[in-house]
Amino acid sequence: MAAFIQFAIDTLSLGSLYALMALGLVIVYGILRLVNFAYGELIMVAGYTLFLLNGSPLPWLAMAAVAVLMAVLTGIATDYVAFRPVREKSVTAVLITSFAFSTLLQNAALLFISPRARLVPVPDIFSQSVHIGGVVTPLRNILTIVVALLLLAGFAVVMKRTVLGIALRAAASKFTMARMLGVPANLIITSAFAISGLLAGVVSLFLLQFRDAFTFSLVILILLWRPEGLIRGPATGQRT
Amino acid sequence: MLEVRNLQVRYGAIRAVRDVSLTVRRGELVALLGANGAGKSSTLLAIAGALKPAAGTIRLEGEEVTALSPEQMVKRGIAMVPETRDVFPDLTVAENLQLGAFVRRRDRAEVDADRQALFDLFPILAERIDQPAGTLSGGEQQQLVIARAMMSRPKLLLLDEPSLGLAPAIVDKIFDMIVKLRATGVTILLVEQNAGKALRIADRAYVLSLGAIAAEGTADEIASASDLKAIYLGA
Repeated sequence: MAAFIQFAIDTLSLGSLYALMALGLVIVYGILRLVNFAYGELIMVAGYTLFLLNGSPLPWLAMAAVAVLMAVLTGIATDYVAFRPVREKSVTAVLITSFAFSTLLQNAALLFISPRARLVPVPDIFSQSVHIGGVVTPLRNILTIVVALLLLAGFAVVMKRTVLGIALRAAASKFTMARMLGVPANLIITSAFAISGLLAGVVSLFLLQFRDAFTFSLVILILLWRPEGLIRGPATGQRT
Repeated sequence: MLEVRNLQVRYGAIRAVRDVSLTVRRGELVALLGANGAGKSSTLLAIAGALKPAAGTIRLEGEEVTALSPEQMVKRGIAMVPETRDVFPDLTVAENLQLGAFVRRRDRAEVDADRQALFDLFPILAERIDQPAGTLSGGEQQQLVIARAMMSRPKLLLLDEPSLGLAPAIVDKIFDMIVKLRATGVTILLVEQNAGKALRIADRAYVLSLGAIAAEGTADEIASASDLKAIYLGA
Protein backbone atom coordinates (compact mmCIF):
# COMPACT_ATOMS: atom_id res chain seq x y z
CA MET A 1 0.00 0.00 0.00
CA ALA A 2 2.74 2.40 0.91
CA ALA A 3 4.51 1.63 -2.33
CA PHE A 4 1.30 2.23 -4.26
CA ILE A 5 0.76 5.64 -2.69
CA GLN A 6 4.37 6.51 -3.33
CA PHE A 7 4.11 5.60 -7.00
CA ALA A 8 0.76 7.32 -7.37
CA ILE A 9 2.07 10.60 -6.04
CA ASP A 10 5.31 10.44 -8.05
CA THR A 11 3.66 9.60 -11.33
CA LEU A 12 0.79 12.02 -10.81
CA SER A 13 3.15 14.90 -10.15
CA LEU A 14 5.36 14.21 -13.15
CA GLY A 15 2.36 13.29 -15.27
CA SER A 16 0.52 16.48 -14.46
CA LEU A 17 3.53 18.46 -15.67
CA TYR A 18 3.46 16.50 -18.93
CA ALA A 19 -0.23 17.28 -19.23
CA LEU A 20 0.43 21.00 -18.87
CA MET A 21 3.28 20.81 -21.38
CA ALA A 22 1.13 18.94 -23.86
CA LEU A 23 -1.65 21.47 -23.43
CA GLY A 24 0.73 24.36 -24.09
CA LEU A 25 1.98 22.70 -27.23
CA VAL A 26 -1.40 21.66 -28.50
CA ILE A 27 -3.14 24.99 -28.07
CA VAL A 28 -0.93 26.41 -30.82
CA TYR A 29 -1.00 23.22 -32.88
CA GLY A 30 -4.79 22.98 -32.67
CA ILE A 31 -5.24 26.40 -34.22
CA LEU A 32 -2.40 26.61 -36.74
CA ARG A 33 -1.99 22.88 -37.45
CA LEU A 34 1.71 23.66 -37.12
CA VAL A 35 4.01 22.49 -34.36
CA ASN A 36 5.92 25.20 -32.54
CA PHE A 37 9.35 23.61 -32.38
CA ALA A 38 10.57 26.43 -30.17
CA TYR A 39 8.21 25.29 -27.41
CA GLY A 40 10.87 23.55 -25.33
CA GLU A 41 12.79 26.81 -25.29
CA LEU A 42 9.90 28.53 -23.52
CA ILE A 43 10.50 26.19 -20.61
CA MET A 44 14.21 26.93 -20.84
CA VAL A 45 13.65 30.71 -20.89
CA ALA A 46 11.63 30.56 -17.67
CA GLY A 47 14.30 28.37 -16.07
CA TYR A 48 17.18 30.66 -16.98
CA THR A 49 15.21 33.73 -15.96
CA LEU A 50 14.89 32.18 -12.53
CA PHE A 51 18.65 31.48 -12.55
CA LEU A 52 19.48 35.06 -13.55
CA LEU A 53 17.29 36.36 -10.73
CA ASN A 54 19.21 34.25 -8.23
CA GLY A 55 20.51 36.45 -5.42
CA SER A 56 18.05 39.26 -6.14
CA PRO A 57 16.18 40.56 -3.09
CA LEU A 58 12.81 39.59 -4.58
CA PRO A 59 10.71 36.98 -2.81
CA TRP A 60 10.58 33.64 -4.66
CA LEU A 61 7.00 34.11 -5.82
CA ALA A 62 7.92 37.40 -7.50
CA MET A 63 10.90 35.75 -9.21
CA ALA A 64 8.64 32.94 -10.36
CA ALA A 65 6.13 35.46 -11.72
CA VAL A 66 8.89 37.23 -13.68
CA ALA A 67 10.08 33.87 -15.04
CA VAL A 68 6.58 32.92 -16.20
CA LEU A 69 6.11 36.38 -17.70
CA MET A 70 9.33 35.95 -19.68
CA ALA A 71 8.04 32.64 -21.03
CA VAL A 72 4.78 34.34 -22.05
CA LEU A 73 6.67 37.15 -23.79
CA THR A 74 8.97 34.68 -25.52
CA GLY A 75 5.89 32.75 -26.65
CA ILE A 76 4.42 35.93 -28.15
CA ALA A 77 7.82 36.72 -29.69
CA THR A 78 7.80 33.28 -31.35
CA ASP A 79 4.60 34.27 -33.10
CA TYR A 80 5.94 37.66 -34.23
CA VAL A 81 9.40 36.43 -35.25
CA ALA A 82 8.91 32.91 -36.53
CA PHE A 83 5.26 32.51 -37.51
CA ARG A 84 3.56 35.73 -38.52
CA PRO A 85 5.95 36.87 -41.27
CA VAL A 86 5.68 33.57 -43.16
CA ARG A 87 2.42 32.09 -41.90
CA GLU A 88 0.39 32.74 -45.03
CA LYS A 89 3.20 31.82 -47.40
CA SER A 90 4.11 28.22 -46.76
CA VAL A 91 3.97 25.52 -44.13
CA THR A 92 7.57 24.52 -44.81
CA ALA A 93 8.74 28.06 -44.21
CA VAL A 94 7.05 28.15 -40.79
CA LEU A 95 8.59 24.81 -39.93
CA ILE A 96 12.05 26.13 -40.71
CA THR A 97 11.63 29.51 -39.00
CA SER A 98 10.28 27.73 -35.95
CA PHE A 99 13.37 25.47 -35.85
CA ALA A 100 15.58 28.50 -36.40
CA PHE A 101 14.04 30.42 -33.52
CA SER A 102 14.50 27.36 -31.31
CA THR A 103 18.18 27.05 -32.29
CA LEU A 104 18.68 30.76 -31.78
CA LEU A 105 17.30 30.66 -28.23
CA GLN A 106 19.21 27.51 -27.32
CA ASN A 107 22.52 28.84 -28.55
CA ALA A 108 21.96 32.21 -26.96
CA ALA A 109 21.54 30.38 -23.66
CA LEU A 110 24.67 28.27 -24.26
CA LEU A 111 26.70 31.30 -25.26
CA PHE A 112 25.57 33.89 -22.74
CA ILE A 113 24.76 31.73 -19.75
CA SER A 114 26.41 28.34 -19.66
CA PRO A 115 26.28 24.88 -21.17
CA ARG A 116 26.42 23.43 -17.65
CA ALA A 117 23.54 22.88 -15.26
CA ARG A 118 22.88 25.87 -13.03
CA LEU A 119 21.28 26.27 -9.65
CA VAL A 120 18.05 28.17 -9.42
CA PRO A 121 16.49 29.67 -6.32
CA VAL A 122 14.00 27.33 -4.69
CA PRO A 123 11.50 28.27 -1.98
CA ASP A 124 11.79 26.52 1.40
CA ILE A 125 8.42 24.89 0.96
CA PHE A 126 9.84 22.78 -1.92
CA SER A 127 12.32 21.06 0.37
CA GLN A 128 9.80 20.08 3.03
CA SER A 129 8.20 16.65 3.22
CA VAL A 130 4.79 15.43 4.31
CA HIS A 131 3.44 12.13 5.59
CA ILE A 132 0.60 10.71 3.57
CA GLY A 133 -0.80 7.25 4.27
CA GLY A 134 2.43 6.07 5.87
CA VAL A 135 4.79 7.39 3.19
CA VAL A 136 7.04 10.39 3.31
CA THR A 137 6.85 12.42 0.16
CA PRO A 138 8.30 15.80 -0.81
CA LEU A 139 5.72 18.52 -0.45
CA ARG A 140 6.68 19.86 -3.90
CA ASN A 141 5.16 16.74 -5.49
CA ILE A 142 1.83 17.50 -3.87
CA LEU A 143 2.18 21.16 -4.83
CA THR A 144 2.84 20.19 -8.43
CA ILE A 145 -0.34 18.15 -8.58
CA VAL A 146 -2.41 20.90 -6.94
CA VAL A 147 -1.04 23.64 -9.19
CA ALA A 148 -1.55 21.50 -12.30
CA LEU A 149 -5.14 20.76 -11.33
CA LEU A 150 -5.81 24.45 -10.66
CA LEU A 151 -4.30 25.43 -14.01
CA LEU A 152 -6.26 22.79 -15.89
CA ALA A 153 -9.45 23.92 -14.18
CA GLY A 154 -8.63 27.55 -14.97
CA PHE A 155 -7.91 26.61 -18.57
CA ALA A 156 -11.23 24.79 -18.85
CA VAL A 157 -13.11 27.79 -17.42
CA VAL A 158 -11.40 30.19 -19.83
CA MET A 159 -12.14 27.91 -22.78
CA LYS A 160 -15.78 27.41 -21.83
CA ARG A 161 -16.89 30.68 -20.30
CA THR A 162 -15.01 33.50 -22.00
CA VAL A 163 -15.55 34.87 -25.49
CA LEU A 164 -11.84 34.47 -26.18
CA GLY A 165 -11.98 30.81 -25.10
CA ILE A 166 -15.01 30.10 -27.27
CA ALA A 167 -13.32 31.85 -30.18
CA LEU A 168 -10.16 29.77 -29.61
CA ARG A 169 -12.16 26.56 -29.68
CA ALA A 170 -14.00 27.67 -32.80
CA ALA A 171 -10.73 28.61 -34.49
CA ALA A 172 -9.28 25.23 -33.55
CA SER A 173 -12.04 23.47 -35.43
CA LYS A 174 -12.62 25.85 -38.38
CA PHE A 175 -10.22 28.75 -38.55
CA THR A 176 -11.48 30.37 -41.76
CA MET A 177 -15.09 30.16 -40.65
CA ALA A 178 -14.18 31.82 -37.35
CA ARG A 179 -12.53 34.62 -39.31
CA MET A 180 -15.63 34.98 -41.46
CA LEU A 181 -17.54 35.73 -38.25
CA GLY A 182 -15.14 38.55 -37.45
CA VAL A 183 -12.79 36.74 -35.07
CA PRO A 184 -9.39 38.36 -35.81
CA ALA A 185 -6.80 35.76 -36.77
CA ASN A 186 -3.89 37.60 -35.19
CA LEU A 187 -5.61 38.04 -31.83
CA ILE A 188 -6.43 34.34 -31.67
CA ILE A 189 -2.95 33.20 -32.63
CA THR A 190 -1.16 35.60 -30.31
CA SER A 191 -3.44 34.55 -27.44
CA ALA A 192 -2.67 30.91 -28.16
CA PHE A 193 1.07 31.62 -28.03
CA ALA A 194 0.66 33.61 -24.80
CA ILE A 195 -1.30 30.80 -23.12
CA SER A 196 1.29 28.34 -24.42
CA GLY A 197 4.04 30.45 -22.82
CA LEU A 198 2.14 30.68 -19.56
CA LEU A 199 1.79 26.91 -19.30
CA ALA A 200 5.44 26.36 -20.27
CA GLY A 201 6.56 28.90 -17.67
CA VAL A 202 4.62 27.27 -14.87
CA VAL A 203 5.84 23.82 -15.94
CA SER A 204 9.39 25.14 -15.80
CA LEU A 205 9.03 26.21 -12.16
CA PHE A 206 8.14 22.68 -11.12
CA LEU A 207 10.13 20.73 -13.67
CA LEU A 208 13.28 22.30 -12.23
CA GLN A 209 12.59 20.41 -9.07
CA PHE A 210 12.99 17.00 -10.66
CA ARG A 211 16.62 16.05 -10.81
CA ASP A 212 17.79 15.32 -14.33
CA ALA A 213 14.31 15.80 -15.66
CA PHE A 214 15.13 19.22 -17.06
CA THR A 215 15.75 17.89 -20.49
CA PHE A 216 14.14 18.61 -23.78
CA SER A 217 13.98 15.02 -24.87
CA LEU A 218 10.68 14.70 -23.11
CA VAL A 219 9.30 17.64 -24.97
CA ILE A 220 10.35 15.95 -28.18
CA LEU A 221 8.47 12.86 -27.01
CA ILE A 222 5.34 14.91 -26.63
CA LEU A 223 5.97 16.41 -30.06
CA LEU A 224 6.00 12.96 -31.63
CA TRP A 225 2.81 12.20 -29.82
CA ARG A 226 0.87 15.19 -31.11
CA PRO A 227 -2.20 14.93 -28.93
CA GLU A 228 -4.14 17.20 -31.23
CA GLY A 229 -7.54 16.39 -29.87
CA LEU A 230 -6.68 17.65 -26.43
CA ILE A 231 -7.81 21.21 -26.95
CA ARG A 232 -11.35 20.05 -27.54
CA GLY A 233 -10.90 16.97 -25.44
CA PRO A 234 -10.98 16.17 -21.75
CA ALA A 235 -9.45 19.44 -20.60
CA THR A 236 -12.42 21.45 -21.78
CA GLY A 237 -14.96 18.79 -20.96
CA GLN A 238 -16.10 18.74 -24.59
CA ARG A 239 -16.92 15.86 -26.82
CA THR A 240 -14.15 15.11 -29.24
CA MET B 1 -24.64 48.83 -52.02
CA LEU B 2 -22.33 46.17 -53.44
CA GLU B 3 -20.50 46.69 -56.68
CA VAL B 4 -18.20 44.05 -58.11
CA ARG B 5 -16.20 44.98 -61.22
CA ASN B 6 -14.25 42.57 -63.44
CA LEU B 7 -13.54 40.18 -60.61
CA GLN B 8 -11.01 37.46 -61.25
CA VAL B 9 -10.20 34.65 -58.82
CA ARG B 10 -7.47 32.10 -59.33
CA TYR B 11 -6.52 28.85 -57.66
CA GLY B 12 -2.93 28.66 -58.82
CA ALA B 13 -3.05 28.48 -62.61
CA ILE B 14 -6.78 27.81 -62.73
CA ARG B 15 -9.07 30.78 -63.19
CA ALA B 16 -12.25 29.89 -61.31
CA VAL B 17 -13.71 33.35 -61.87
CA ARG B 18 -12.63 35.02 -65.13
CA ASP B 19 -14.68 38.17 -65.34
CA VAL B 20 -17.59 38.86 -63.03
CA SER B 21 -19.28 42.23 -62.63
CA LEU B 22 -22.42 42.55 -60.59
CA THR B 23 -24.36 45.06 -58.55
CA VAL B 24 -26.61 44.55 -55.57
CA ARG B 25 -28.78 47.45 -54.43
CA ARG B 26 -29.89 48.09 -50.87
CA GLY B 27 -32.77 45.85 -49.79
CA GLU B 28 -32.57 43.62 -52.85
CA LEU B 29 -32.47 39.85 -52.99
CA VAL B 30 -30.20 38.95 -55.87
CA ALA B 31 -29.66 35.37 -57.02
CA LEU B 32 -26.41 34.17 -58.52
CA LEU B 33 -27.11 31.04 -60.56
CA GLY B 34 -25.04 28.65 -62.56
CA ALA B 35 -23.89 25.08 -62.93
CA ASN B 36 -21.35 23.34 -60.75
CA GLY B 37 -17.93 24.89 -61.15
CA ALA B 38 -19.24 28.07 -62.75
CA GLY B 39 -17.47 30.15 -60.11
CA LYS B 40 -20.42 31.07 -57.89
CA SER B 41 -18.90 30.08 -54.57
CA SER B 42 -15.52 31.57 -55.48
CA THR B 43 -17.22 34.87 -56.27
CA LEU B 44 -18.97 34.83 -52.91
CA LEU B 45 -15.80 33.88 -51.01
CA ALA B 46 -13.93 36.71 -52.68
CA ILE B 47 -16.63 39.19 -51.64
CA ALA B 48 -16.42 37.80 -48.07
CA GLY B 49 -12.65 38.31 -48.08
CA ALA B 50 -11.84 34.61 -47.72
CA LEU B 51 -10.25 34.47 -51.18
CA LYS B 52 -7.95 37.16 -52.53
CA PRO B 53 -9.07 38.32 -55.99
CA ALA B 54 -6.39 38.15 -58.69
CA ALA B 55 -7.92 41.20 -60.36
CA GLY B 56 -10.97 43.42 -60.20
CA THR B 57 -12.54 45.61 -57.54
CA ILE B 58 -15.17 45.13 -54.88
CA ARG B 59 -16.94 48.19 -53.48
CA LEU B 60 -19.28 48.27 -50.53
CA GLU B 61 -21.37 51.44 -50.22
CA GLY B 62 -18.95 53.24 -52.50
CA GLU B 63 -15.89 52.27 -50.49
CA GLU B 64 -13.26 50.00 -51.96
CA VAL B 65 -12.98 46.79 -49.91
CA THR B 66 -11.09 44.59 -52.38
CA ALA B 67 -8.82 42.02 -50.69
CA LEU B 68 -9.61 43.03 -47.12
CA SER B 69 -9.39 40.21 -44.56
CA PRO B 70 -12.58 38.28 -43.72
CA GLU B 71 -12.69 39.81 -40.25
CA GLN B 72 -12.57 43.34 -41.68
CA MET B 73 -15.38 42.47 -44.07
CA VAL B 74 -17.57 41.40 -41.15
CA LYS B 75 -16.88 44.72 -39.45
CA ARG B 76 -18.03 46.51 -42.59
CA GLY B 77 -21.31 44.62 -42.60
CA ILE B 78 -20.84 41.54 -44.77
CA ALA B 79 -21.83 38.16 -43.33
CA MET B 80 -21.15 34.91 -45.13
CA VAL B 81 -22.95 31.58 -44.92
CA PRO B 82 -20.66 29.14 -46.73
CA GLU B 83 -22.04 26.12 -48.56
CA THR B 84 -20.01 23.81 -46.34
CA ARG B 85 -22.50 24.68 -43.58
CA ASP B 86 -19.69 25.33 -41.14
CA VAL B 87 -21.17 25.07 -37.67
CA PHE B 88 -18.57 24.61 -34.96
CA PRO B 89 -19.63 21.07 -34.08
CA ASP B 90 -18.20 20.95 -30.56
CA LEU B 91 -19.64 24.31 -29.56
CA THR B 92 -23.21 24.56 -28.36
CA VAL B 93 -25.87 26.37 -30.36
CA ALA B 94 -25.63 29.25 -27.88
CA GLU B 95 -21.85 29.48 -28.29
CA ASN B 96 -22.13 29.39 -32.07
CA LEU B 97 -24.59 32.28 -31.94
CA GLN B 98 -22.40 34.15 -29.47
CA LEU B 99 -19.48 33.98 -31.91
CA GLY B 100 -21.76 35.29 -34.65
CA ALA B 101 -22.04 38.47 -32.60
CA PHE B 102 -18.27 38.62 -32.02
CA VAL B 103 -17.82 42.01 -33.71
CA ARG B 104 -20.43 43.65 -31.50
CA ARG B 105 -19.93 41.62 -28.34
CA ARG B 106 -19.86 44.78 -26.20
CA ASP B 107 -23.56 45.66 -26.67
CA ARG B 108 -24.85 42.72 -24.71
CA ALA B 109 -28.41 43.96 -24.36
CA GLU B 110 -28.82 44.41 -28.09
CA VAL B 111 -27.18 41.10 -28.87
CA ASP B 112 -29.61 39.36 -26.51
CA ALA B 113 -32.54 41.16 -28.09
CA ASP B 114 -31.40 40.11 -31.57
CA ARG B 115 -30.97 36.54 -30.40
CA GLN B 116 -34.56 36.54 -29.11
CA ALA B 117 -35.79 37.96 -32.42
CA LEU B 118 -33.94 35.24 -34.33
CA PHE B 119 -35.46 32.59 -32.08
CA ASP B 120 -38.90 33.77 -33.26
CA LEU B 121 -37.77 33.05 -36.80
CA PHE B 122 -35.84 29.87 -35.98
CA PRO B 123 -37.71 28.40 -32.98
CA ILE B 124 -35.87 25.07 -33.20
CA LEU B 125 -32.62 26.81 -32.21
CA ALA B 126 -34.15 27.97 -28.95
CA GLU B 127 -35.06 24.36 -28.19
CA ARG B 128 -31.56 23.12 -28.99
CA ILE B 129 -29.74 26.00 -27.31
CA ASP B 130 -27.41 23.95 -25.09
CA GLN B 131 -26.81 21.11 -27.54
CA PRO B 132 -23.48 20.81 -29.38
CA ALA B 133 -24.10 22.05 -32.92
CA GLY B 134 -22.67 18.82 -34.35
CA THR B 135 -25.69 16.90 -33.04
CA LEU B 136 -28.20 18.98 -35.04
CA SER B 137 -29.75 17.70 -38.26
CA GLY B 138 -28.67 19.18 -41.59
CA GLY B 139 -31.67 21.49 -41.80
CA GLU B 140 -31.16 22.67 -38.22
CA GLN B 141 -27.47 23.31 -38.88
CA GLN B 142 -28.43 25.37 -41.92
CA GLN B 143 -30.76 27.45 -39.76
CA LEU B 144 -28.00 27.84 -37.21
CA VAL B 145 -25.41 29.14 -39.69
CA ILE B 146 -27.92 31.60 -41.14
CA ALA B 147 -28.94 32.80 -37.66
CA ARG B 148 -25.28 32.98 -36.65
CA ALA B 149 -24.48 35.16 -39.66
CA MET B 150 -27.42 37.42 -38.78
CA MET B 151 -26.06 37.91 -35.26
CA SER B 152 -23.46 40.33 -36.65
CA ARG B 153 -26.34 42.51 -37.92
CA PRO B 154 -25.02 42.48 -41.47
CA LYS B 155 -26.01 44.96 -44.15
CA LEU B 156 -25.32 42.30 -46.76
CA LEU B 157 -25.88 38.59 -46.25
CA LEU B 158 -24.09 36.18 -48.60
CA LEU B 159 -25.86 32.81 -48.76
CA ASP B 160 -24.09 29.97 -50.50
CA GLU B 161 -26.33 27.07 -51.54
CA PRO B 162 -28.61 27.00 -48.49
CA SER B 163 -30.58 24.12 -50.04
CA LEU B 164 -27.58 21.84 -50.61
CA GLY B 165 -28.16 18.29 -49.41
CA LEU B 166 -31.45 19.00 -47.66
CA ALA B 167 -34.77 17.19 -48.06
CA PRO B 168 -37.28 19.06 -50.30
CA ALA B 169 -39.62 19.86 -47.42
CA ILE B 170 -36.74 21.37 -45.44
CA VAL B 171 -35.58 23.33 -48.49
CA ASP B 172 -39.02 24.98 -48.71
CA LYS B 173 -38.77 25.90 -45.05
CA ILE B 174 -35.30 27.42 -45.50
CA PHE B 175 -36.52 29.47 -48.47
CA ASP B 176 -39.49 30.72 -46.40
CA MET B 177 -37.01 31.83 -43.79
CA ILE B 178 -34.88 33.64 -46.35
CA VAL B 179 -37.98 35.56 -47.45
CA LYS B 180 -38.73 36.46 -43.83
CA LEU B 181 -35.15 37.56 -43.26
CA ARG B 182 -35.30 39.73 -46.30
CA ALA B 183 -38.40 41.38 -44.88
CA THR B 184 -36.29 42.51 -41.91
CA GLY B 185 -34.39 44.73 -44.33
CA VAL B 186 -31.16 42.85 -44.91
CA THR B 187 -29.79 42.79 -48.44
CA ILE B 188 -29.13 39.27 -49.70
CA LEU B 189 -26.92 37.80 -52.39
CA LEU B 190 -28.00 34.20 -52.85
CA VAL B 191 -26.03 31.52 -54.67
CA GLU B 192 -28.19 28.58 -55.69
CA GLN B 193 -28.19 25.59 -57.98
CA ASN B 194 -31.91 25.22 -57.49
CA ALA B 195 -32.65 27.98 -60.01
CA GLY B 196 -36.44 27.63 -60.02
CA LYS B 197 -36.75 28.13 -56.27
CA ALA B 198 -34.20 30.93 -56.17
CA LEU B 199 -35.89 32.87 -58.98
CA ARG B 200 -39.24 32.65 -57.23
CA ILE B 201 -37.97 34.69 -54.27
CA ALA B 202 -35.31 36.87 -55.98
CA ASP B 203 -35.73 40.36 -57.43
CA ARG B 204 -32.93 40.04 -59.93
CA ALA B 205 -30.54 37.32 -61.00
CA TYR B 206 -27.19 36.79 -62.65
CA VAL B 207 -26.29 33.58 -64.43
CA LEU B 208 -22.67 32.51 -64.28
CA SER B 209 -21.09 30.21 -66.79
CA LEU B 210 -17.44 29.19 -66.85
CA GLY B 211 -16.40 32.02 -64.56
CA ALA B 212 -18.18 34.85 -66.38
CA ILE B 213 -21.64 36.44 -66.34
CA ALA B 214 -23.68 34.81 -69.10
CA ALA B 215 -27.01 36.51 -68.44
CA GLU B 216 -28.56 39.03 -66.10
CA GLY B 217 -31.99 40.50 -65.57
CA THR B 218 -35.03 40.54 -63.33
CA ALA B 219 -35.99 37.19 -61.88
CA ASP B 220 -38.93 36.95 -64.29
CA GLU B 221 -36.79 37.71 -67.32
CA ILE B 222 -34.23 35.11 -66.35
CA ALA B 223 -36.91 32.54 -65.53
CA SER B 224 -38.52 32.92 -68.95
CA ALA B 225 -35.25 33.06 -70.90
CA SER B 226 -35.24 30.07 -73.18
CA ASP B 227 -31.46 29.72 -73.30
CA LEU B 228 -31.15 29.28 -69.53
CA LYS B 229 -31.10 25.52 -69.82
CA ALA B 230 -28.39 25.74 -72.42
CA ILE B 231 -26.25 27.88 -70.16
CA TYR B 232 -26.76 25.46 -67.31
CA LEU B 233 -25.65 22.61 -69.48
CA GLY B 234 -22.53 24.57 -70.31
CA ALA B 235 -23.33 24.94 -73.98
